[in-house]
Amino acid sequence: MSRSRSDILLRSGLGTLAGLSGSVVLLILFFLVAGAMPALRDGVLPRLFLDEFWQPGSQRDPQYALLPMLAGSILVTVLAILIAAPLGIAGAIFHRFYLPPRFAAWNEHALELLAGVPSVVFGFWGLTVLVPLINRLHPPGQSLLAAGIVLGLMILPTVALTSQAALRAVPGSQLFAAAGLGLGRVATVFHIALPAARPGIVAGVILAVARAVGETMAVVMVCGNIAKYPQSVFDSVRPVTATIALEMGYATSSHKALLFTAALFLVLLSGALVGWLAFRKGKNEAAVN
Amino acid sequence: MRIALLSPAIAIALVSCSGKKGEGTIVLTGSSTVAPLVADAAVRFEKHFPGRKVEVQTGGSSRGIADALNGRTTFGMISRELKPDEAALTAHRIALDGVGVIVHRDNAVTNFTREDLINIYTGKISNWKMLRGKDAPITVANKAEGRATLEVFLEYTGLDSADIVASVVVGENQQAIKTVVADPNAIAYVSIGAAASEAAAGTAVKLANCDGIAPTAENVAAGKFPIMRPLQLVTHGEIPAPAREFLEFLTAPANRDLIEAHLYVPITE
Repeated sequence: MSRSRSDILLRSGLGTLAGLSGSVVLLILFFLVAGAMPALRDGVLPRLFLDEFWQPGSQRDPQYALLPMLAGSILVTVLAILIAAPLGIAGAIFHRFYLPPRFAAWNEHALELLAGVPSVVFGFWGLTVLVPLINRLHPPGQSLLAAGIVLGLMILPTVALTSQAALRAVPGSQLFAAAGLGLGRVATVFHIALPAARPGIVAGVILAVARAVGETMAVVMVCGNIAKYPQSVFDSVRPVTATIALEMGYATSSHKALLFTAALFLVLLSGALVGWLAFRKGKNEAAVN
Repeated sequence: MRIALLSPAIAIALVSCSGKKGEGTIVLTGSSTVAPLVADAAVRFEKHFPGRKVEVQTGGSSRGIADALNGRTTFGMISRELKPDEAALTAHRIALDGVGVIVHRDNAVTNFTREDLINIYTGKISNWKMLRGKDAPITVANKAEGRATLEVFLEYTGLDSADIVASVVVGENQQAIKTVVADPNAIAYVSIGAAASEAAAGTAVKLANCDGIAPTAENVAAGKFPIMRPLQLVTHGEIPAPAREFLEFLTAPANRDLIEAHLYVPITE
């Protein structure tokens, strides 16, 4: 077989495979849009924003309000990030500048293990351990707070491991220069290392946000699933993913089309996050060059 | 060469995954109340008929209905009567069950009237004190839309799902039971069979009386308990031979012990 022929074969083979993986997301988008179309056609789409409640099963007055659930998704995610970001970033700083190397490896392994815990296990732990504790503070226990904590722990490894990698990538010459200038460790960490590692840390946080927005299994077990705006962290919330998981199995006609629409909104939300990340990264690289 | 061959191989693998299951495979989807019973029966069935495979998936009675209509499943499992607009399906009764109200084992309230339940689930009674219990707010756990237990409960109380003011919404029976275990002030309603099995196993839940009638298998069998429902398998069109075998196996007197082990009531005639 001539060299050019095998090259062509390899090229077309790799191209097909790359095309396949790339087209999956397009297929999913197409499938979501097709599923959401009936809602647009029947004119029920505006109800997602105009209705007051989410009560698709009501015989008397079915209503489909998406906004309280979008708010639920966003609130749960924000709370999770408020928990995971300080813990993850502080842990990464400690890991990079204070922890002796032989403990550092253990720290990394522990985080990798945490990343590998299945979400249903997190949910089960949340429902049987965390929820009763929160219930003692303020009933019902299944709440925004419970969902935020469980989700925060789930995304902690993402934030911590990417922050560690970002801090490790800060050039040693900069740290030596800081030491040469007589800067203490605190000043080095906060004025040299953190600013240099910032793009990597932000990327990790955004990845974590994307995961938090999409998480379903653990959240549905601890969030309480009441589709209303919560008045406090102790109130139940229902993120969009929970609604889809609870209702997709049986939904028909407009209800089904509206669930597809909600799913489409979620994908667009994560898409916007990832797009923003890529845009920032591009800008940063342009600034460096 | 190998790489070029790979993508058709993937395509073939994808197609074969979505293709028809083997002839002997029986798929059941739907009610989480029926599923544990069917899963136990499936184990025994596979032992009796080597080569047959039974797959059981939950998701609520409405999923069972939808899947049976679309031909995605051999049997849909439902824990309620068929509705008039579901007449295209054929229902096969396998057992009876009641829907019972559960509270935490330490709760002093042991009986609820229909009126009490309406007032609790519409938010008019919001403290256990109003039912001669302790001074604590009631955590109202409601079932998610599409669950037969919710529909049976709505039918009994005459409420619309829009009337219900709940603190939490739960999916499967087990989640309702865990919610009550976790919260001493919670109230929920679940399959009597499921709750009685859990209570017998030492879980901190208690089945309350409804209108003064105890939620026992005897009262369900005698038709005395107020919130009752049939557990059924539904089919659409012709039933394939292996599926008919499974249906007969499930209702055979020799396998009545399985139904009783789940604290459901066998169909006697």
